[in-house]
Amino acid sequence: MTVSQATRRPILAGRQTTTPNATVTVAPPASRLSLRVPAGTVAAVSKALGIELPTRPKASASANGRHALWLGPDEWLVIDESGADLAGLLGSVADFHSAVDVSHRNVGFIVSGTGAAMTINAGCPQDLSLAAFPVGAVSRTILHKIEIVLYRTGEAEFRVECWRSFADYAFTFLSAAARDGSS
Amino acid sequence: MLLIRCPYCEEERPELEFRHAGEAHIARSSEMTELSDDEFEKFFFVRQNPKGLIFERWRHIHGCGRFFNAARDTVTDKFHLTYKAGEPKPEITLMAPAEPAAWANREPSELNVDMPSKEGGR
Repeated sequence: MTVSQATRRPILAGRQTTTPNATVTVAPPASRLSLRVPAGTVAAVSKALGIELPTRPKASASANGRHALWLGPDEWLVIDESGADLAGLLGSVADFHSAVDVSHRNVGFIVSGTGAAMTINAGCPQDLSLAAFPVGAVSRTILHKIEIVLYRTGEAEFRVECWRSFADYAFTFLSAAARDGSS
Repeated sequence: MLLIRCPYCEEERPELEFRHAGEAHIARSSEMTELSDDEFEKFFFVRQNPKGLIFERWRHIHGCGRFFNAARDTVTDKFHLTYKAGEPKPEITLMAPAEPAAWANREPSELNVDMPSKEGGR
């Protein structure tokens, strides 16, 4: 008996909305880790991941396409754009922690352009000025009716992470907001 | 929109990220089975529901996910202060007196707002 290989079908793969002021792109697949780490274990987990877990609110750390995003006092979202096996890296950490692979739970969107902040502010009530939300800032927040993780990767570029089942909604909403902001 | 200070995120965030979670500082008995029905009813159902200052639990559910406590005025919706879960209840005497709500039934002269002049314009 032959067992057919399961085929991954990334949702919305390659979709893009381009308007004069903002572009909304579906980010390529990445591996993601939902991390809960008590304060005493942060150093060991940071070492295993090769990236220092930030401990300040709204902070992030990046190295070689790997990003550690502060979500709460003991919670992080780790994204690796190269698709590395993040959970495997933590196998050697004996101290108590929780690491759940959520690579396929989330979908990422890149919102870029001079109207990027305005596009996101169409559904997100946070202050996205550079003073309040500088490059590298990250926050779990809301986008109209859904919860997102918002990560500022550049002055005019954001990464929006949402749950897969909300991906259609998020992409349609961001696309409409980008068009509205450019008309 | 209300801005609520999250003591864990250390900044004010829009109210849409938060969820109310009932009255704060209600201690659960360590010997629940020993409680009389009246005592249990008081613990489980009876709440202060005051007009004015109240201590409440709130959760930054669409942010850091943490529960914290807040001192809020039920008349004006003003948040006097927020503090981390587990911290002692602040002294009430430290609270500023409740300010009148903007919509309270007061004479315009008592309200600290600019009123349009009768000639039109401001």
